[in-house]
Amino acid sequence: MTDRQVMLITGSRKGIGRYLAEYYAGKGYIVEGCSRGDAQWEAENYTHHNVDVANEAQVKQMITSIARRHGRLDIVLNNAAIATMNHVLLTPASTANRMLEVNVTGTMLVCRDAAKVMIRRRYGRIVNFTTIVAPIALAGEAIYAASKSAVVTLTRILAFELGQWGITCNSFGATPIMTDMIRGVPQDKIDAVVNGLAIKRLGTHEDCANVCDFFIRPESDNITGQVIYLGGVT
Amino acid sequence: MQDQLIDRATSVQVVIASLREVLDQAGEPIPEQLDEETVLVGNTAVLDSLGVVSLIVEVEQRLEMDHNISVTLASDKAMSQRNSPFRTVGVLADYIGTILKEQ
Repeated sequence: MTDRQVMLITGSRKGIGRYLAEYYAGKGYIVEGCSRGDAQWEAENYTHHNVDVANEAQVKQMITSIARRHGRLDIVLNNAAIATMNHVLLTPASTANRMLEVNVTGTMLVCRDAAKVMIRRRYGRIVNFTTIVAPIALAGEAIYAASKSAVVTLTRILAFELGQWGITCNSFGATPIMTDMIRGVPQDKIDAVVNGLAIKRLGTHEDCANVCDFFIRPESDNITGQVIYLGGVT
Repeated sequence: MQDQLIDRATSVQVVIASLREVLDQAGEPIPEQLDEETVLVGNTAVLDSLGVVSLIVEVEQRLEMDHNISVTLASDKAMSQRNSPFRTVGVLADYIGTILKEQ
């Protein structure tokens, strides 16, 4: 078994997931990441898996591989998600179902299989990514926001179900960050969101790392079931 | 197909070793005799409902780490059976054998 902490970051091909993977690999963690497609980048201490988090067999296979190679899994950052901005009157069932499948079921599957490995060492840190568009009820994001509200509820309950094994489970909601996920959102819509924040700026990758750093510290063993939103959103 | 299968006696050993671990971790007294007849679910069980959850995870992890066998015991099929495949040590060992053959 390795002496170093082992971390899994989902949705690590690009955007926030990639930043966090490189950030934590650079800090000496053994980082495993996944996405549906190949990662177009490499880093020391980083291994990529082509996995759809909504695919139960693929998730199990990935986490089995991590446990076999490293003998442990300490931290999971559940960042993988899909978003489609669409008025509810124009949202097909297939779009809604796929969003729920990836964002909710996918998060649950990774939490479940990771926790089974974490239980052996009575230690784990899980951070599930949500979004401020749920608490601010942003028009045009009904299904995405609903899926992320589900992630917050899932997280709060997992905190109670997994706490006895030393596993904490928290969620983190970023303000808009200029990634591919929001590149198609009209600028006036982004400006309106930012103007409604206490801190009137876009979020940054560093903001995300800062919150994750707090949640995953060993000293944060009494911080669980919480959600932290950036920018003053509650 | 798994890298290797295990015989029934080994399955029984894995379940009993897992049961000891779960009882020990929970601070529960370990009965003098743990065997195939030991009841895991119900009024006369040695575990409460959360203990059963811990046992299932412990068995899965022991199969994985000690025998290189990747298996999910809590499938839809298992949870919907009229007679729980987790009701005794022996029944659980049989169930492990069944799902390994099906994989």
